[in-house]
Amino acid sequence: MSDKTITPREITFRVRRFDPDVDSAPHWSEYRQHVHDGMTVLEALHQLKAEQEPTLSWRSSCRMGVCGSCGMFVNELPMLACQTQVLHLGTDVVTIAPLPNYDNVKDLVPDLAPLIEKHASVKPYIIYLDQIEIDEPTGEFIQTPDQREEFSQFTHCIKCGLCLAACPTVATDPLFLGPQALAQAYRYTADNRDCGMKDRIEAIDIFHGPYQCHLAGACSQACPKGVDPAFGIQLLKRALVLDNIGFGKKKSSVAKVMPLADVVKAIDEFAPPPRTVVK
Amino acid sequence: MNSNKPAYNNRLGLKGWVYAGKYTFERYLYLGHRLTGMGLIAYMLLHIIETANRMRGVEAWEELMGLFASWPFKIIEYLLFAAAVFHALNGVRLLMTELGFFLGKPKEPVYPYSSSIKRHRPLTYIIMALAGLIIILGGSSLFFP
Repeated sequence: MSDKTITPREITFRVRRFDPDVDSAPHWSEYRQHVHDGMTVLEALHQLKAEQEPTLSWRSSCRMGVCGSCGMFVNELPMLACQTQVLHLGTDVVTIAPLPNYDNVKDLVPDLAPLIEKHASVKPYIIYLDQIEIDEPTGEFIQTPDQREEFSQFTHCIKCGLCLAACPTVATDPLFLGPQALAQAYRYTADNRDCGMKDRIEAIDIFHGPYQCHLAGACSQACPKGVDPAFGIQLLKRALVLDNIGFGKKKSSVAKVMPLADVVKAIDEFAPPPRTVVK
Repeated sequence: MNSNKPAYNNRLGLKGWVYAGKYTFERYLYLGHRLTGMGLIAYMLLHIIETANRMRGVEAWEELMGLFASWPFKIIEYLLFAAAVFHALNGVRLLMTELGFFLGKPKEPVYPYSSSIKRHRPLTYIIMALAGLIIILGGSSLFFP
């Protein structure tokens, strides 16, 4: 980053506006604003709203990259507004539009309902076949650190929807399940406590499923949490292939339930890693 | 939101499919793979129509073959060859990644994040270099037999 890009200066914000009560189509409005080093796009929008454009709408909450609410199309890439520093973009004109591939409710507010519907459709929860054990648990499900590592990366998804905005397949195929849902399908399928592959296959092994992905990698580039949904989709494809040829996860390989008394005995086996900071 | 008016359809459609913009190299390969795939399907249909000309007799067939020997058709033939080579080799890359090869293993994301796309990029470069080499060699044998 050159000195020029981090010098506090006036930036032109081109913001896409749309009010369904007034407009039939979106239009662009420009605002000039002084930006200081470290200022995020979200902070700039707050300042814009306070000083210049009180009707400007967007969605945000935590302002620290956790809630996934403030996804926007900044300089033609999907980003979280709260994690993007204006001066790090390196341009004197910053364009801000609502996330593409979602309906635009107002100004910078996308309708994320399809994201949630697709997410729900892949049964994003652990399916365990022993209903008696679920209703009246006799112990704990055992999971080793290595078993957790197989899917841990994909648990970091915050459902911000940036991956669907980046995906070129979603752009033309609204029924494509998309990177978020498919990566989450893998997250639960890879969990050793789960035996829901058969149930989940109905939802994911379809025409609009993982095989529509040709590894453009845009979703992984856009993901603000390092989830790498493209990786999840490829691993899901492999799991489906293995399942189709009879080498899928067998019911016998699911997590064993360890009685609580044994958990205490085995505590050394699952001890935390050694201390990294010496007292 | 109190408005009863419908939301604006913000789907990128064909533009989102064709325009790779600021995305990475693999996004352009995605575009190339799909365009060459459609081109090869179109060629297959044209090829059936072309070979059906044989039914019109030897003269019609020879006339058509003479047309295909001309330079414009040689260039089209070369583009077809290049598309087939690219599509086949990129397809091999996609097959390998779909089976989970060359992508690394899932691991806890730690900033700055590493992605499977970056991890398998050396393979991508090797395969694209191979495709480029075959396309150049094919061109030299086609144009300078």
